[in-house]
Amino acid sequence: MHEATIAQSVLEAISAEAKKQKARPIAAKISYGVFNAINTETLKFAFEAISKDTVCENLKLNIEQKPIKAKCKKCRATFEFDLHESKCPKCRHDDFELLPDAPLLLEEITFEDK
Amino acid sequence: MRKVKVRKKILIANEEYAAKNRAFLKERKIPCLNVISSPGSGKTTLLAKTIETLRGKLSIGVIEGDIQTDIDAQRIRKAGAPAHQINTDGACHLSAAQISDAFHKLPIDRLDLLFVENVGNLVCPSTFDLGETDKIAVLSVPEGDDKPAKYPMIFARAAAVLINKIDILAATDFNIKKVKADISKLNKNTKIFLVSAKTGEGMKQWCDWLENMADSKRKKALKKTRPRQ
Repeated sequence: MHEATIAQSVLEAISAEAKKQKARPIAAKISYGVFNAINTETLKFAFEAISKDTVCENLKLNIEQKPIKAKCKKCRATFEFDLHESKCPKCRHDDFELLPDAPLLLEEITFEDK
Repeated sequence: MRKVKVRKKILIANEEYAAKNRAFLKERKIPCLNVISSPGSGKTTLLAKTIETLRGKLSIGVIEGDIQTDIDAQRIRKAGAPAHQINTDGACHLSAAQISDAFHKLPIDRLDLLFVENVGNLVCPSTFDLGETDKIAVLSVPEGDDKPAKYPMIFARAAAVLINKIDILAATDFNIKKVKADISKLNKNTKIFLVSAKTGEGMKQWCDWLENMADSKRKKALKKTRPRQ
């Protein structure tokens, strides 16, 4: 349900950039780590609903989910964390530190030609 | 068509408030624990019991988050601690800005420990940093032993997990060994406490842990007259 809050923040970020560029945005790419617990479809739906009658109406939202990484405490290797295989793929040690999740980022915006 | 690289953090407003909160708490050496669980896991009962157990030892304050009502804040005050209630009016999580405001609704400079009881929800609150020192997850026996595997986000990030309502273990199929293994797969360093806020079982270990945490920050000289807000 927090997708509605996030959609609002995404809308504000894109609108601010559009104002700066003085152009209409037609697509935007955002990314976030999987542990942000954001449902992609819900976010798209929420964005579509709140962007009506704004400069972002009909904007195509492209979403990239990034895996979470972990660092082995024994061999110090960094690896993509897999819930079903929670061991270091290199040395098989099971004590590791989850690294911070990738933040919610507005990566790029595609603008209509003026 | 032209593409413009932006690379901007979308939740930057929340992050800025969270950083401000963290600095505010650090300056006052107050540990702040963000308590996250499903609705009905017994968070408020647990906090009330914790306040009673630590009476005379730690001065505790609570920020309560709920969609509606101030029932929880009333329960905390009845247990003897100052509490401030935030109503989110439908939002499924607390935000850092709400916490910044709430600090000043409590006798913050007299506190040894601050709890934030988040809105009952095992998913959304883990996305929003409040500037807390640590996150605490609560899982109650009737919810089932599969929750850490199904909702890994909060369990992976929690400094401690409290398994509450262990007084009814015998009536369920809840497998403590499985839960412990699932949690430690996500984070080997998470402290796990088995408690019953109702009977008081296991509360001592949890409260000792809290005392140690507050001690290591700073233990204030206890005020003789406690605020009953």
